[in-house]
Amino acid sequence: MASVEFRSVTKSFGSFTAVDHVDLSIGDGEFVCLLGPSGCGKTTSLRMIAGLETPSSGQILIGGDDVTGLHPKDRQISMVFQDYALYPHMNIADNIAYPLKVRGESQEKRHARAQEVAGVLKIGDLLSRLPSQISGGQQQRTSLARALVYPSRVYLFDEPLSNLDAKLRLEARGFLNHLQRDMGMTAIYVTHDQAEAMALATRIAVMDRGRIVQYAPPIEIYRRPATTFVANFVGNPPMNLVPVTARAEGDSVRLSADGVTLAPLPLSAGLKAALAAGPTLTLGVRPEHLSVTEEADNSIGGKLFANENMGPESLVTMERPDASRVTARIFTDDHVEVGETVRFGFAPEHVTLFDGAGTRIPRDGEAGL
Amino acid sequence: MKQFSLLSRRAAALFLTPAGLLVAVFVLLPFFWVIVVSFTNRTLLGVTAVHPDFVGLQNYIRLFNPSTFFTRGQFGSSLIITTQFVLLSALIGQALLGLLLAWLMQAIPPALKRAVEAAVIGAWILPEVVIGFAWFAFLDYDNGTLNMILTALGLPRGDFLLQQPFWVIVIFNTWRGAAFSMMLFNSAFSSIPPSYFQAADVAGASSFQKFRDIALPLIRGHVVTDLILITMWTFNVFTPFLLTHGGPAYRTELLSIYNYRVAFKDFEFGQGSAVGVIIMLINLVLALIYLSIGRRRSKAEREAAAS
Repeated sequence: MASVEFRSVTKSFGSFTAVDHVDLSIGDGEFVCLLGPSGCGKTTSLRMIAGLETPSSGQILIGGDDVTGLHPKDRQISMVFQDYALYPHMNIADNIAYPLKVRGESQEKRHARAQEVAGVLKIGDLLSRLPSQISGGQQQRTSLARALVYPSRVYLFDEPLSNLDAKLRLEARGFLNHLQRDMGMTAIYVTHDQAEAMALATRIAVMDRGRIVQYAPPIEIYRRPATTFVANFVGNPPMNLVPVTARAEGDSVRLSADGVTLAPLPLSAGLKAALAAGPTLTLGVRPEHLSVTEEADNSIGGKLFANENMGPESLVTMERPDASRVTARIFTDDHVEVGETVRFGFAPEHVTLFDGAGTRIPRDGEAGL
Repeated sequence: MKQFSLLSRRAAALFLTPAGLLVAVFVLLPFFWVIVVSFTNRTLLGVTAVHPDFVGLQNYIRLFNPSTFFTRGQFGSSLIITTQFVLLSALIGQALLGLLLAWLMQAIPPALKRAVEAAVIGAWILPEVVIGFAWFAFLDYDNGTLNMILTALGLPRGDFLLQQPFWVIVIFNTWRGAAFSMMLFNSAFSSIPPSYFQAADVAGASSFQKFRDIALPLIRGHVVTDLILITMWTFNVFTPFLLTHGGPAYRTELLSIYNYRVAFKDFEFGQGSAVGVIIMLINLVLALIYLSIGRRRSKAEREAAAS
C-alpha cells in the first residue's frame, strides 16, 4: 500500500480543461472518494493515477515516487472499471488470473490463487463459467477479484457499482467497505453518488469543473459544506438554500426573506467579513433539520407543493412566495395536506450561512477555513 | 412468430422479376450451359463447332491425366501455382499484412491513421487495368520506376517480370488486397471496448500479450470471414494476367488464366468448360467450409446466450 499525491495537476483536452491545477494528498490506507457531477474531472483524475491519461502539467506521485510519465503496467496498481471489462472469451478463473498470466505465473499457481480470491468474494463455484453466464453482481465481484489477485500499491475504482441495481449496490458497498478496512488498502473511488461516497470514504474530495471544492471526512462535508455547491450536492435530498438579505443591527444581524422569520444572530467575525462584501447571503438548512411547526420564530413559510411518503418518513416540499422550493424530511404521522399553508421550523444551530460568493461563513470559535 | 413484410407477395414478385430474369439469363443459364459443354468436344472452328459430340468424362480425364498433370502449362501445374499463390499472397500476404497494419493503426495518432488508410485503400479502389499498367510501368526493365530507384541507389537492375514472375504477382496481389483485410480488422478492433485493453494495461500486459490474449481471440470470427473471402477472391483473380500474361513459360499461369487460355486462345470450349466446372467445385468446397464455420460459431454463440 502506498500514498498518492497530486501536485498541481492539470489535464486539458483541446481547449477544455478537465482537471485544473489539482493538489491532492491521499494517505497510505485511506479510502478517498472523488465525488462530483459528470464532467467534473473525477474520472480523468483517476485515469491519470492509473496512467491511462497523461497530465498536461503537474506531477503524480505514488508512494513518494514520481509516476507521471510511467506506463500503467509499471505502476503496481489495480483498477476496477465501470463496465467491469471482463474478457468475454475467458472463463471466470482465467479472467481473475489474467494479471498473473501476464506476469508469467504457472497455470497451477494461477488457478490456485484465482480459487482463493474467488472464495473470499463468494464466486468460487462460478470459475468455469463465461462472463455472459453470470449475473451483474457476480461480474462486478469478478472484476474486483481480478484487481485483488496480485499485489498492488493503490486500488482504483471507477464507479464500480453504478451498473448494479439498488439492493445489490448496498450489499456490494458494505462488502467493499469491509474489504478495504480488512486489507488496509489505499483506495481511490470515483462516484457521482453522494450516499456511496459518504458510506465508503475516509475522506471525500468534492470536485466541480476540474477543481477540488472541498476535501474532508464525510461528516465534515455533511456538517460544514465549504460552498453552496457542496451543500447542494451532498445529502439526500440536498441542503435547502434560501437567499436572504442581512442587515447589521449593533451586535446582531437580522436576516430576512419572504416568508422567513429568524431571530437575530450575533454578529460574528465571519459574518462581519461577509457583510462587508454585500448584504445578500444564502441560508442553508438540511431537510432532516426541518419540521412542521405552528410557531413563527425560526421558520420558513409557504404553500405545500408535494408530499412524498417514503414509509416511516415523508419528504414534504413547500413552494415559497418567490417560487423556490424547500424540502423537509418529516415523520409520516405529521399530517400535512398539499395546498395547505405550512411553516417549517428549525433550530438556529442547524443553520449554515454562505456569503455572496457561495462560501460558507465560519461560526465563532470554529477553526478558520 | 408473426412475419411482417413491407410489400404484398404480388408486389414483391413484381419487383423481383427484372433481377430474376437477368440472373437467369446471365448467371443460371451459362452455369448449366458450361456443365453441359464440359461433356462435349465443342470447339470454335471445324466440324465440332457445329456438331459437337458427347464425349462423357473425357475432358475431365484429360485434365487429370497423370503423365502430363504436373507438366508446365497443364492443369495440375496451374493448380499448384494457384495454391501457392493463394497461400502466399492471400493468407500470408494480405491477411497478415492487413492484420499487422490494423493493429499498428490502433496506436498511431488519428491524422497519421487517416493518411495510411487513404494510401492503402487507394491501392484497393483503383481500377484493375490502371494498376496493372502502373505495375507494368513500375517493373519495366528499361524505363521502370523500380530500376531507376535501384540505379540511383547504386544497386544492380533487375528484369523482375522475367526473372521472378511468380514473386511479382504475389507481391502485387498482396499490395492490391491488403486494404480489404486491414479495413475489416480495423473495424473489428475498434468494436472491442477500450476498457478491455486498459484493464490489461493496468494488469501489466505487454502490447504483444494484449494482442495475443485479448484482441486476436475477440476478432476470431472476423479473421475466419476475411480468410475465406480473400481465399476465394485470390483463387479466382485474373488481374496478374495484365502483368505477366501467365508467363514466362506458364510460370504465373493461375487457374483462371489457364482456363482463359484453353477456352479463348486455344478455343477448346469443351476442355475449357471442364476447367471452369472444376474451379466452380473448388469454390463450392471453400464456400461450404466457410458456411459450416460460420454456422458452428453462431451455434456456439446461441448456446452461450441460452445458458
